[in-house]
Amino acid sequence: MNVLGLVNYWAFIFLMMVGFYILISQGNLIKKIVGLSVFQTSVFILYISMGKIRGGTAPILMEGDPVYSNPLPHVLILTAIVVGVATTALGLSLVVRIHEAYGTVEEDEIHDLDVAEAE
Amino acid sequence: MTVHLPVLQVVIPLLAAPLCALVRHGRIAWGIALATSWASFWIAVQLLRRVQAEGPISYALGGWAAPIGIEYRIDLVNAFVLIIVTAIGAVVIPYALKSVEQEIDAAKIPLFYAAFILCLTGLLGITVTGDVFNVFVFLEVSSLSAYALIGLGQDRRALTAAYQYLILGSIGATFIVIGIGMMYVMTGTLNMMDLSVLLAELGPNRTIAVAFGFLTVGISLKLALFPLHSWLPNAYTYAPSAVTAFIASTATKVAVYMLLRFFFTVFGWAFSFDVMQLDLVLLPLALIAIFSMSLVAIFQTNVKRMLAYSSVAQIGYIILGISMASVTGLTAGILHLFNHAMIKGALFMVLGCVMYRVGSVEIEAMRGLAKKMPWTMAAFVAGGFSLIGLPFTVGFISKWYLILGALERDGWQWWLVVGLVLTTSLMAVVYIWRVVEAAYFQDAPDEVGEPIREAPLAMLIPTWTLILANFYFGIDATFTSEVAGSAARALMGIAP
Repeated sequence: MNVLGLVNYWAFIFLMMVGFYILISQGNLIKKIVGLSVFQTSVFILYISMGKIRGGTAPILMEGDPVYSNPLPHVLILTAIVVGVATTALGLSLVVRIHEAYGTVEEDEIHDLDVAEAE
Repeated sequence: MTVHLPVLQVVIPLLAAPLCALVRHGRIAWGIALATSWASFWIAVQLLRRVQAEGPISYALGGWAAPIGIEYRIDLVNAFVLIIVTAIGAVVIPYALKSVEQEIDAAKIPLFYAAFILCLTGLLGITVTGDVFNVFVFLEVSSLSAYALIGLGQDRRALTAAYQYLILGSIGATFIVIGIGMMYVMTGTLNMMDLSVLLAELGPNRTIAVAFGFLTVGISLKLALFPLHSWLPNAYTYAPSAVTAFIASTATKVAVYMLLRFFFTVFGWAFSFDVMQLDLVLLPLALIAIFSMSLVAIFQTNVKRMLAYSSVAQIGYIILGISMASVTGLTAGILHLFNHAMIKGALFMVLGCVMYRVGSVEIEAMRGLAKKMPWTMAAFVAGGFSLIGLPFTVGFISKWYLILGALERDGWQWWLVVGLVLTTSLMAVVYIWRVVEAAYFQDAPDEVGEPIREAPLAMLIPTWTLILANFYFGIDATFTSEVAGSAARALMGIAP
């Protein structure tokens, strides 16, 4: 079991936890989106790492019987990247609208405004 | 043509959505949405008939056979869920015309219908596909459009509700992708049927156990299982009326379907319940959800929020049925999936009518409303009966099967479950009664402006269609209980 050989997976876990922590701890709506992006991006590393085969080349048609990396996870992640972009864009546009409606992007200030309105 | 019905189920709405966005005219976009939703419903009915007659349908996308290509696989379980989703869509879109014209800017209406149809596409896609990664893609299609739809609510709190849902929903979806990735690492396949065979050969394994955990949490977030439900009340309360009616009766149901598909088909119920002991997690959470959320619902002053909390409790009933891991319990869960969609769809549509005329759904604002909007409030009472579970309504059928399932099990603790189901039904009486009391037995507040009239027929007819369906399937439950029963046996791997 070599720790270095699993460095990609350690990176995945680290990034995932960092993103998740930002999501939970930050009260600023934009910072939350940053956290969400880091969290989602970490999964890309997980998928891309699992497609890699030691000594494998790109999966293109060649003479003989070459060892090649599995292209499927990469394709899946292309889709996931698009989804991530869409989520970030939608999240940020909601933040813009929230800023227009409340004049702030801090969660606790928004909460105070809602409470004040309810009374 | 009929060979391609499984893919047309998804492709037709997928193509209609951009069309709605392009026409830039509210009524035309609505027409397209209407035609799409009815076509989808027709396809779903054809598919169910074929599945009932010929058994599961497998459709290879682009002619690439599974497991290399993406397979659309329809058996009784998802054919039934397709009926639920498309039927609600087909009823809500005619209803939406008036409601949306009042609640949403004219310029945004075509985009509203585009997002609505995209949401429908996503939900149908999740249901129809036999490929786990495809599930994730369609999940995001439906979720992203749902966030946008909820954000269109009139109140500014709709924006924060949509934002909160976006954050939690994305976490859930990411958890699901991680789970899928781990299954792929261990098996090298994404096809559900293939996965179920390979996972069974593999046997218990730590990576698969972790994948199972990620999927459980991710799907539970999406279906708003008790401690992960915090996004739901605000999202349902502040979304436009038509959106609440649609999402409340379909989105969480499709998430429950995902749970069934992953835990019964992909992992196999023996692994899920014997090895991973999923019932030890689901059962307590379901019971807490049923009790605590019914209690919270009693103290709400906003009726939409009250029904939102009640929805979390009702999801608890569905999960309770599933966690029994018996044919009767599972039948109860699948039946309640269908029945709750009809109950909550109808009740939220009633609230949309109230919103249309009164402009508020606070209990205060609904005082004395029964005199001014007799048909609307009668629909609320009828829907309320169904929610409580009085005989001759679908709510009764669900609870009947649920109690039968609990009585099948040995041990005193199952008697407590029966007791809890009956107690929480009484709690439903309390919160429905609060509205009925205000509407029927209190004097109306002094009116300012023009007098409140009955809701337009264009909204009343779809609402009453669902209400009557509540009674029809409550009196003659042969169709629903037979399909749900066979679906449950198929999921448990017992020959029908």
